Amino acid sequence: MKLEKKKKPAPAISTSSLPDIVFMLLFFFMVTTVMRQTDLKVKVVVPQATEIQKLEKKSLVSYIYIGSPTESFRAKFGTAPRIQLNDAFASPNQVVEFIEKERAARAEAEVPLMTTSIKADKEAKMGIVTDVKQELRKCNALKLNYSSSKRAEVYN
Amino acid sequence: MRRNRTTPEVNAGSMADIAFLLLIFFLVTTTIDTDRGISIRLPPMPEENQPENDIRIKERNVMKVLVNANDQLLVNGELLNVKDLKRRTKEFIDNPRRDPNLSESPTKAVISLKNDRGTSYNIYITVHNELKAAYNELRDAKAKADFGKPFEKLNEAQQNIIKDYYRQVISEAEPENVGGA
Repeated sequence: MKLEKKKKPAPAISTSSLPDIVFMLLFFFMVTTVMRQTDLKVKVVVPQATEIQKLEKKSLVSYIYIGSPTESFRAKFGTAPRIQLNDAFASPNQVVEFIEKERAARAEAEVPLMTTSIKADKEAKMGIVTDVKQELRKCNALKLNYSSSKRAEVYN
Repeated sequence: MRRNRTTPEVNAGSMADIAFLLLIFFLVTTTIDTDRGISIRLPPMPEENQPENDIRIKERNVMKVLVNANDQLLVNGELLNVKDLKRRTKEFIDNPRRDPNLSESPTKAVISLKNDRGTSYNIYITVHNELKAAYNELRDAKAKADFGKPFEKLNEAQQNIIKDYYRQVISEAEPENVGGA
């Protein structure tokens, strides 16, 4: 008996599950995307550093932005670096109030774990940063993170 | 005459295209911005009627780092390039040659950082970074020598032993407005 191989045409790959796969990816991205909550009114280019650590719990981080106002606010506020808290320009003495509000919005047990992240422009001067630091010390928000990006070059 | 109408099937063939389009939109707009930076702990504000604590630290155990408004670096009264700061700091902390001008032991070493109100934030971060890098490298070297593993891989007890040895005391003085710009 001769075994004859029948030539079968290669079956077409079913693409019917492709939408499902793509939708799954889509949902993943939709869920992980964090829309920025505050509009930046100041220009911030963070300095570079090598010894950087990741901020662990994003929900426990309060941000303070420092930088010179963006184009549209220049006419009103000039170019000198300013502090932005939430959506508005602020003066250093409003920092305490801001931190208190941030604390009130979280559970009491989480308050000691809260971190303040200073996102300051590298062109900013230390004077304004120091003012903010002093205010933070006043309200006992001692965990601080200077936001910076990764620098490839390492000095020896 | 009436035709028997059947609802036409919805063509799902373009579903994939639509989903792809949305997917690409989200892919492009998502910036997975990881928040990273240099973590520090601020010293608590001194109590109002707290007596000034008068801890005397030997001169040789303090490395004074000054940054002026022109972003120049002065280390123990000597002008220094930022790029040499890490090497100098490591020498100061470890003092392998037992130099009488450098720290007695890593445990006693204190780094005092002082900057001007006009100092740029960029140089401040760079200086802070170099000081931290010096400590991290020393800790790592000791971890490898003592436990044969990099510092990151040690367990907490081992890390604490090394942290006690290289204590990382960076004290920041209140900035002064000396100017110089």
